Amino acid sequence: MTLPMDAAPAAASRRPWLPAATMLGLNVLAVLLGLGAWGFVTAEGVVGLPGPGAVLSAGLTLARNGQLLSDALASLGRVLTGFLLGVLVAIPVGFLMGWYKVARGLIEPYVQFFRTIPPLAVIPLAIVTMGIGETPKIFVIFLAAFLSSVVATFQGVVSVDRTLINAARVLGAKDATIFRRVVIPASTPFIMVGVRIGLGSSWATVVAAELIAAQSGLGFRMQQAQLYYDLPTIFVSLIAIGVLGLLMDRIIIAFDRVLTAWQEKA
Amino acid sequence: MTRKISFQNVSRRFDLAGSAEFLALDRFSLDVEEGEFITVVGPSGCGKSTAMNIAAGLLRPSSGRVLVDDAEVEGPGPERGVIFQQYALFPWLTVRENVEFGLRVAGMPGKRRREIADHFIALVGLKEFAGSLPKTLSGGMKQRCAIARAYAVNPKILLMDEPFGALDALTRVNLQEQLLQTWSQERRTVMFITHDVDEAVYLGSRVIVMAARPGRLYKIIPVDLPYPRTEEMRLSPEFAGLRNEVWRSVYHPSAH
Repeated sequence: MTLPMDAAPAAASRRPWLPAATMLGLNVLAVLLGLGAWGFVTAEGVVGLPGPGAVLSAGLTLARNGQLLSDALASLGRVLTGFLLGVLVAIPVGFLMGWYKVARGLIEPYVQFFRTIPPLAVIPLAIVTMGIGETPKIFVIFLAAFLSSVVATFQGVVSVDRTLINAARVLGAKDATIFRRVVIPASTPFIMVGVRIGLGSSWATVVAAELIAAQSGLGFRMQQAQLYYDLPTIFVSLIAIGVLGLLMDRIIIAFDRVLTAWQEKA
Repeated sequence: MTRKISFQNVSRRFDLAGSAEFLALDRFSLDVEEGEFITVVGPSGCGKSTAMNIAAGLLRPSSGRVLVDDAEVEGPGPERGVIFQQYALFPWLTVRENVEFGLRVAGMPGKRRREIADHFIALVGLKEFAGSLPKTLSGGMKQRCAIARAYAVNPKILLMDEPFGALDALTRVNLQEQLLQTWSQERRTVMFITHDVDEAVYLGSRVIVMAARPGRLYKIIPVDLPYPRTEEMRLSPEFAGLRNEVWRSVYHPSAH
């Protein structure tokens, strides 16, 4: 009884380390097994869902007639517009909040309040006040991206190492230089975390916004398919949403790697 | 000899939680001569870092003043270089970019900047690492880079706040040697804070011993060992005697 208990920590510290290729192999295996299980349960009629074959053929049809591409582009266009606007506004506002106590006092109540409201909950208001065009959707995505990036930027500025600022000051740097050459680079890792979260919530928001009110996009396509009980199209849209979200996240990670390559990683 | 740094009745209080006040430095007075290398040693809470930060202009005194070249210190400035215990290198800049930082701030053109940086990088022995990021350097190399960066802006005074405190014993001895070598080639007025008695005696021409609660000057012990200091000196009876004297002053101030 006591022996395995004593042995446990040693075993934990000897956790096998897997090479990257093995890890990738396991990932691929998991995906194949999942597809296999999906094919099995649908072929056996356990659930009333389309199998991988039906979804693939629906996907090919939608890809060939260009609908998949135009839907994906419509969704991506909204996300990127709202997301870029959100980040572009959030970064200066976050810096302002971190650098000037007065700005922080004035802005923080709003940021903290709106952060507790899911951006989607703003959609009814946005539609009533901005109409049913692109504006309300982009506004909601803007909000989602802005709120997560502004808090991260603010945190980044506040947590810049005092010693680095002092080091710059004793080398003769004044506030503007310190801001440009120390505060901005030092808070980049924080900002990138916010940007990544912001992109994730923008993507989640666009799809939901399109479900509610849109004439194009992957969310709209699902909404239409729902009306005609077109399950394969719903599956194709879901998979497209997942793949595009994953791709965008990977792109942000790649950016982050380049921008914060100087960080000492534990 | 001319007076380079002059602490005149410098006190510094800190507000603690509630209404309590903490007297970090109590009427500290000290004159440092031009080109002198003084070491300041004392237990934690003796105000040695407070005194240095006031001289650096990073902290305002509650009363009293610090003069540098007979002008009152009003804030930080490149004529007073500071070397921090935590190195404080900009991690996103290479060794050379770090060393060039102060020169770039001063608006010096690139070519001249590079010459000066290369000179001091070579002086601290980091030539091969000029293009490296700080994360690839050891603690000792980081501090050498910080020393080069402080030297590059041509300060008249170097203020060093326990610069070797985070290093292992062997690296520390090596850096002490290198620092004295650098100092003999590029003579500056140095105020070196440490909690290491050996280091204080080995480096300084005078050891300023401070006492805690409240932080204050306790005793000034002249070190009558000639420069350049050598390894043999470290093992000499004179060194041992001085070390004992400093040690007793630091750890048993009430016995005197």
